[in-house]
Amino acid sequence: MNLSKTLIYDGSFNGFLTAVFIAFEEKLEVVDIQRNSQEQGGLFSETETIFTNVEKAKRVWNGIRNKSNNSISQIYFAFLSEADGVELILYTYIRKLMSSKNGKQMDYSDGTVLRISKLARSVGREKHRMEAFVRFQLTKDDIYFANIEPDFDVLPLISKHFRSRYADQQWLIYDVKRKYGIYYNLERVEMVSLNLNEIHFNKIHKSDAFLNEEYDYQTLWNDYFKSTHIKSRINRKLHTQHVPKRYWKYLSEKKETA
Amino acid sequence: MNFQRIQEKLNILADAAKYDVSCSSSGSKRSNTNNGLGDSSGMGICHSYTEDGRCISLLKILLTNHCIFDCAYCVTRKSNDVKRAAFKIQEVVDLTINFYRRNYIEGLFLSSGIFKNADYTMERLIAVAKKLREEERFNGYIHLKSIPGASDELMYEAGLYADRLSVNIEIPTISGLKLLAPDKKHEDFTKPMLKVKNELIRFKNERKIIKSTPKYAPAGQSTQMIVGATGETDKDIMYSATYYYKKYNMKRVYYSGYVPVAEDSRLPSIGSQVPMLRENRLYQTDWLLRFYGFTVNEILNNDHPNLDVDIDPKLSWALRNLHHFPVDINTADKQMLARVPGLGIKSVHKIINARRFRKLNWDHLKNIGVALNRAKYFMICDSRNWERRDLDADRIKGMILKQSVGKFRNQYSQQLALFN
Repeated sequence: MNLSKTLIYDGSFNGFLTAVFIAFEEKLEVVDIQRNSQEQGGLFSETETIFTNVEKAKRVWNGIRNKSNNSISQIYFAFLSEADGVELILYTYIRKLMSSKNGKQMDYSDGTVLRISKLARSVGREKHRMEAFVRFQLTKDDIYFANIEPDFDVLPLISKHFRSRYADQQWLIYDVKRKYGIYYNLERVEMVSLNLNEIHFNKIHKSDAFLNEEYDYQTLWNDYFKSTHIKSRINRKLHTQHVPKRYWKYLSEKKETA
Repeated sequence: MNFQRIQEKLNILADAAKYDVSCSSSGSKRSNTNNGLGDSSGMGICHSYTEDGRCISLLKILLTNHCIFDCAYCVTRKSNDVKRAAFKIQEVVDLTINFYRRNYIEGLFLSSGIFKNADYTMERLIAVAKKLREEERFNGYIHLKSIPGASDELMYEAGLYADRLSVNIEIPTISGLKLLAPDKKHEDFTKPMLKVKNELIRFKNERKIIKSTPKYAPAGQSTQMIVGATGETDKDIMYSATYYYKKYNMKRVYYSGYVPVAEDSRLPSIGSQVPMLRENRLYQTDWLLRFYGFTVNEILNNDHPNLDVDIDPKLSWALRNLHHFPVDINTADKQMLARVPGLGIKSVHKIINARRFRKLNWDHLKNIGVALNRAKYFMICDSRNWERRDLDADRIKGMILKQSVGKFRNQYSQQLALFN
């Protein structure tokens, strides 16, 4: 009889995959997988701390990918949702996937599959929104700088998009909530952790960090935004459905209303 | 940069361009090369939305709102007393690049009033695109509006720099066009379209032999027609749209509910409602034709020249064709599934995937995301309590309407609200 266990990992995706590897290898009966910042010992289970091992993580990654390309991206997206208890659902999902004969067709009438696909879809939607709602502001150091505050941890997902789009300018996208950013230095994208003491919302008052020209372009964009709507068709409900209010403070066209 | 002057021009020329409804920035295949700026190889992105809820993905402006024509439905028409302005070529280039670098837009949508003549105007539009591509190494999206009557040579050149080309046919019927745009001829629209279509085919064939053949309007061509300015039926509109899809390989046809911008005895008066619901039904029909395997005469024909306003066109078709139903969700083929009201293409795929594992019942379908309030009258599944009363079309319609809370509901409700 295997003892039931709670696995504790460091919060990284590789750490999670390592935990999955160990659970499979040692045939553990896993009651939960928790990140070390929020561990909560169960009454009747033992905890085991997992040390991230990239080799092991890679084997799990490849194993899943060989089963289904679609599943591996669903798993990664769902993981980034940071939802409570997502690790255990993912673990159940991976076990189902690995024991199925044909992983290509997932069973959408199954609760776990549906749950993961919904989480992945929410994260995908947030990824797409962040690709849309990033507003770069040109600093005096010639870096295009943007703040975002996404519901989910989507920076790793959007880096490629911005890399291929803005290959000839330096840029930095900073996640205000998670206090880290991605920085492109004209050669590669790097993860940077900063603790900004001043967050540059798109405020009406100007900051020294930016050129005057920057504010001119913001004004032009703001004007453009205003002159494109057709009065006789106004539909504010639809507008806020598309541009939820929680993003407004980072959108230059919304700085007056935010 | 003379900021104030640009600001003034932008306000005038963006305002005049807003009635063009096309906002698509997808479907192109232009990826970033040699570390330049921009990429339009993926799907389009709406970077913001106007207060009327339409997507903003391109900087949509006119090069100028000076115009030699006097089309009754157009704000920019010669006889209208509005402020006029014109951008310089470099000004449009700078705006586009700077907006793009800040991630405001996916690219440029450039249209123009006609000054001097069609070719003179078209040349200028092309000059903007050429400068963006060759001097700024810009790989973002460029949509050029072709000027009716532009010559074949210019249409050829335009396609080398633009991702998409379009000519608006404006009025769905030729007689309507004669009435409202006496200066324009039908051939002025169709000739450039035909040229673009032929070039698209030619370039595609050439690329099969020579890989390095440049791209020609990789996102194809589109057109737009105004709905509700002349007395045409929905049937007229959709038959005309089908014609353009087939004959000119259109990627998209857009329908634009007429916004009264002029006092003119030939037109609906200022202050009359924009037919938004009708526009919405037309788009739904367009979708059914392109993605759901419907043919236009199934939905619109002499017996039904207009779409229902209170229910969507698929439901309307189903109610007229009850003999095809109920459909068994667990055995029906894909095409028939797509015809069930309340089932979208995505649900159809999920159903087909899921039913390999087990027979599906109401709960499964609900979790997949099927709109059961409509679908339940038209299907059976692995459950015994399906709708087994022998309901006629009117009863079903009544029951569906009773529990639906559509966004346009108040617009067609017969019942006046007591407290408003």
